[in-house]
Amino acid sequence: MSIEYLGLSEINGPLIAVEGVRGGFFEEMVEFTAAGGDKRLGRIVEINEDKAVIQVFESTDGMSLDDTHTRLTGRPMEIGLSEDILGRTFNGLGEPIDGLGKITAECVKNVNGMPLNPCSREYPRNYIRTGISAIDGLTTLIRGQKLPIFSGNGLPHDQLAAQIVEQASLGGDSDEEFAIVFAAMGVKYDVAEFFRRTFEESGASAHVAMFLNLSNDPVVERLITPKVALTAAEYLAFEKHMHILVILTDMTSFAEAMREVSSLKGEIPSRKGFPGYLYSELATLYERAGIVAGVEGSVTQIPILTMPNDDITHPIPDLTGYITEGQIVLERSLHQKTIYPPINVLPSLSRLMKDGIGAKFTREDHQDVANQLFSSYARVGEARDLASVIGEDELSEVDQKYLAFGTAFEQEFVGQGPFENRSMEQTLDIGWRLLWMLPKEELDRVDTRILEKYYKQPKEDEQVPDSGSVGS
Amino acid sequence: MSARGKIYGINGPIVTLEGNQGFSMSEMVYVGQRRLVGEVIGLSRKETTIQVFEETTGLRPGEPVEGAGTGICVTLAPGILNNIFDGIQRPLKAIQAVGGAFIPTGVNVDFLDRKKRWKTKLCVVPGDRVEPGTVLAEVPETGAITHKVLTPPDLCGVVAATVKSGEYTIDEPLVLVETDGGEKRKLSMTQRWPIRVPRPVGRRFVAERPLITGQRILDTLFPIAKGGTAAIPGGFGTGKTMTQHQLAKWSDADIIIYIGCGERGNEMTDVLEEFSKLVDPKSGKLLMDRTVLIANTSNMPVAAREASIYTGLTLAEYYRDMGYHVAIMADSTSRWAEALRELSGRLEEMPAEEGFPAYLASRLSAFYERAGYVENLNGSEGSVTIIGAVSPQGGDFSEPVTQNTKRFVRCFLALDKSLAYARHYPAINWLTSYTEYLNDLAPWYQEHVGPDFISCRNQIINILTTESRLNEIVKLIGSDVLPDDQKLVLEIARVIRLGFLQQNAFHAEDTFVPLEKQLRMMETILYLYEKCKALIEMNMPMALLREDSVFEKIIAIKYDVANKELNKFNEYKKRIDDFYQKIMDANA
Repeated sequence: MSIEYLGLSEINGPLIAVEGVRGGFFEEMVEFTAAGGDKRLGRIVEINEDKAVIQVFESTDGMSLDDTHTRLTGRPMEIGLSEDILGRTFNGLGEPIDGLGKITAECVKNVNGMPLNPCSREYPRNYIRTGISAIDGLTTLIRGQKLPIFSGNGLPHDQLAAQIVEQASLGGDSDEEFAIVFAAMGVKYDVAEFFRRTFEESGASAHVAMFLNLSNDPVVERLITPKVALTAAEYLAFEKHMHILVILTDMTSFAEAMREVSSLKGEIPSRKGFPGYLYSELATLYERAGIVAGVEGSVTQIPILTMPNDDITHPIPDLTGYITEGQIVLERSLHQKTIYPPINVLPSLSRLMKDGIGAKFTREDHQDVANQLFSSYARVGEARDLASVIGEDELSEVDQKYLAFGTAFEQEFVGQGPFENRSMEQTLDIGWRLLWMLPKEELDRVDTRILEKYYKQPKEDEQVPDSGSVGS
Repeated sequence: MSARGKIYGINGPIVTLEGNQGFSMSEMVYVGQRRLVGEVIGLSRKETTIQVFEETTGLRPGEPVEGAGTGICVTLAPGILNNIFDGIQRPLKAIQAVGGAFIPTGVNVDFLDRKKRWKTKLCVVPGDRVEPGTVLAEVPETGAITHKVLTPPDLCGVVAATVKSGEYTIDEPLVLVETDGGEKRKLSMTQRWPIRVPRPVGRRFVAERPLITGQRILDTLFPIAKGGTAAIPGGFGTGKTMTQHQLAKWSDADIIIYIGCGERGNEMTDVLEEFSKLVDPKSGKLLMDRTVLIANTSNMPVAAREASIYTGLTLAEYYRDMGYHVAIMADSTSRWAEALRELSGRLEEMPAEEGFPAYLASRLSAFYERAGYVENLNGSEGSVTIIGAVSPQGGDFSEPVTQNTKRFVRCFLALDKSLAYARHYPAINWLTSYTEYLNDLAPWYQEHVGPDFISCRNQIINILTTESRLNEIVKLIGSDVLPDDQKLVLEIARVIRLGFLQQNAFHAEDTFVPLEKQLRMMETILYLYEKCKALIEMNMPMALLREDSVFEKIIAIKYDVANKELNKFNEYKKRIDDFYQKIMDANA
């Protein structure tokens, strides 16, 4: 379509109103040419007969009402894809910014995607070993899952995500193709650089496609970045049959951008000023993870979000938690105790874990150890509360054992080195070693047979270091 | 002649037409060249407002809109069971056949299989009088359920002719009826019914039969009646969906309608896969044979999410009319409420609390009131039980959806974060949950399970309540300073929590527990309590009692005693007697 319209009727931040538009459709892409010949992209977000409201993905600076040309492209937002996107870096709209030239597109895809038919999904069952005990042991990541990291500003979520990417293996001797799609929304330059460097150092950068919208890039572009990245991920997974790990950071910036645009459009706000469709919008992103039955390949998502004021009940983490299949929650107090990764295991959860572990996948005792560690560590919290009131010395013998167990659990099970890559066996064995610190009758979540088999005095060389008054 | 118009404006799922084009309120419409399904939700002289149940990307102003002449309807005929639909009853398997793994927009598929020939047994002969609800024919729909073809609720007359019993499709006429008005009407197996209108019933009864679920905390502490309403609120990760799955698997309803409203795609796949393998202990048939899944996952269009709840309800009412007991699992009603909010926001309506529209409460009450234990038009009895999950924002039960739901349900099963963190499942908090059905159901329990059932139940609740009171003290000064009788209460409460309330959904025996075993477990625990109390009264210290492994033995009953070996409980009674005697011998 080649009709060009001259002149705009209104510019309001990133929103532009144009009148007299004929034949435009909802969510059509629009190209503006400003006075200097400078081109910008936008998308129709509301249309009434011949009046269109257009969201501009770049800054509207320098555009004027009279001299701007508007051209309807006749297409929705699309991106050209081929296998060559691996190893490349793009901006938030999917345009290359690494100076290596354009991608020769093998196919063109609508970035909005389509909902995956629940009948065509395959229920995810294969676990991904990350080498991190708190994740492998207690919130096992499953291929095809969406498992976000709930973090706060200043917590090492980036480091954790990078470690997962580096160590994630599909278990055993798989020769399946594995690649990473990384989408940054409104993150600081340093963060993007940190990831780029990590991928490079680990030799993975040839298998990474990066989509970067940094914090000084246009806000509206941020709304499209995750969609572009997920479209690329779906293409690689379901058409090129790779196993894709998608890192989306930071979902909070994405939601904030939505709020900004929504309020400019004059929409009625719901919670904390976020638009009413925040849930639907987040869901259309997160639900683009999974496995298509009968098709090799998978999309696994690890979105990262920073909880404003560490508040897990804030709408962004709250709605995310209702959509994703669990969450990994980082905790400031653990970080302050210099425990890395500072994962608070109690609110952390992997919903798909139950079907991907056990004798067939990991080890027969996995579920039991996990349940027992959760339950015992929850009890540690009670003992600590009590100790803070009546003092540690006044605690009963059992409660004192719990205190010692709690400390050891945080340091030895949760805590590990940023380059330490533990096997599943190691993780579970550490679990049993720690449970040995508690009397047998306290272990009420473990099947009697499993308990007899695994609850044993640890061998000399891996004795629990004497932590306090409790020991053998 | 159906109304026609042209699109004027598009904003997300909301499409407007200029002026009044002759559409009627709640009428179903086809929007645009691709004929997307929509519904009229607002009419004025100036503007007609339509919500579209599919993605509106690509719609242009000026495209045609055509009215269907009726409200959004479901098609009622054999083939509903063992099927999975989207929010407006389009079968997802048929969509998959047409559109592949992803759901395209504007797909046109039949709601039910129109080619399949069903084995039909006619139940009327010429000359029979038929009234609303009269069974015209019977069709074995699945291994477990016989589908009854009913006379539509608006028809009275005399059968003029019938076909012979045999195999027919859902469209072929079976019966010719001469109505009282003198008209002749051909009736096939198929009926259509608008989803927002409740199907008529004869009269409603007080619900006095329990929905048996095999889940101890529900059956014993917080029973739900057949035809009752229950809400399961809980923050994310507290196990709403797990609880709903357990109920869908094990409850003794004849038919389960599972509505996945705005939830995860993988969860629906899980239900579909699992229910296609699991066998119903009652009928010996596959669980899917008695199940209908309605999947409108969170990434499917929001307007269809709003409709999915009503679609499910109408299907449930239809099977109730045949005389079945139907249970609806709605997961989650909050997503439905949020869909209302989202659409209300797009319509620029004045928001009430937390941005929800002011009609939230009336919509919720209308939804839950469609449950009930009724006498149908044809005299049979049936029920619709609604169990709705609620996902409160931030896990805070004071938010509008939970609070309004609380007003309209009679059983409230509050899920608790701290229990879930400790992996105490089901994480139903026994202090904040309640049921109003207990008094209605008490006679049934006394007659069918045991005369002591209710009194045992009350004792258990009492011990748990006392425990929570004592825990307040323990939190301040530790448990060592409590007198021994109170320490005993704490110990017994622990036995109840671990041995009775906690139930392992993944354990072959523990996942479903018959009422008799629940009663015997309670009796055993209370017997232990009684014996220990006697010892404590004789000044035996609690520390001494605790040395014995009897407490752990009782906790392990749930795993150690199979559901069929109830006589084993006598050994446990003996074990408690021995324990009592041993302590007496050693210390008296």
